[in-house]
Amino acid sequence: MAVTYKPIATVTVGSGGAADIQFTSIPGTYTDLKVVYSLRSDRASAIDLVFVDLNGSTTNKSHRELYGTGSIANSGNDTSLSLSYCAAANATASTFGNGEGYFPNYASSNNKSFSGDNVSENNATTAYQAMQANLWSNTAAITSIKIYPVLGTQFVQYSTATLYGIKNS
Amino acid sequence: MTTRIEVNCETGEVKEIPLTPEEIAQREVEAAAAEAQRQAEEDAKAEKAAARLAILEKLGLTEEEAALLLN
Repeated sequence: MAVTYKPIATVTVGSGGAADIQFTSIPGTYTDLKVVYSLRSDRASAIDLVFVDLNGSTTNKSHRELYGTGSIANSGNDTSLSLSYCAAANATASTFGNGEGYFPNYASSNNKSFSGDNVSENNATTAYQAMQANLWSNTAAITSIKIYPVLGTQFVQYSTATLYGIKNS
Repeated sequence: MTTRIEVNCETGEVKEIPLTPEEIAQREVEAAAAEAQRQAEEDAKAEKAAARLAILEKLGLTEEEAALLLN
């Protein structure tokens, strides 16, 4: 039976923290990619935003999202690529926000879209959950993915991210 | 010193690399923009809720009564 869902690489943040996690030299041999993460940042808040850079590009990025905060439901859009949200320093101790991003046809010559769904995790009223639709208007194959906290300075120890390669046969 | 983690998916090599001053400056710009965007979304939502409440008060309706009329 063919292996269609393969872990390519996993990163676990050490005691010094990490400003970002970057997967580089991603092989173009899969159909889709998926990043699954468990993250907590050092921001003095219950939540942080997780942004994405593809191939180091800082242009032609956009996303739309739906999110709930525990008290309101809202939507937004921005000229960034986002996998928000994750837990931050004021969230319940030892909790980590969970989420994933799915990158279909990442090696194609079309513009790249990807989706995200995530929760911040917090044993309190303020706990975010969100879904995003992202577009990187660039036809290059995705060869690197960077995820980073936008409002905090780094992910804290024991944060993890795993990149999976998915084949359609 | 703030470092980032880079893993090479072909070789499995993992590097911890200090951020450059340019990268730190870029992060600060992005953080300010993201915070402003988030605040603008939540302000707009709050303004809309306040406007809705003001209309209901003018009409002498409760939220529940308005929901009954609209559904």
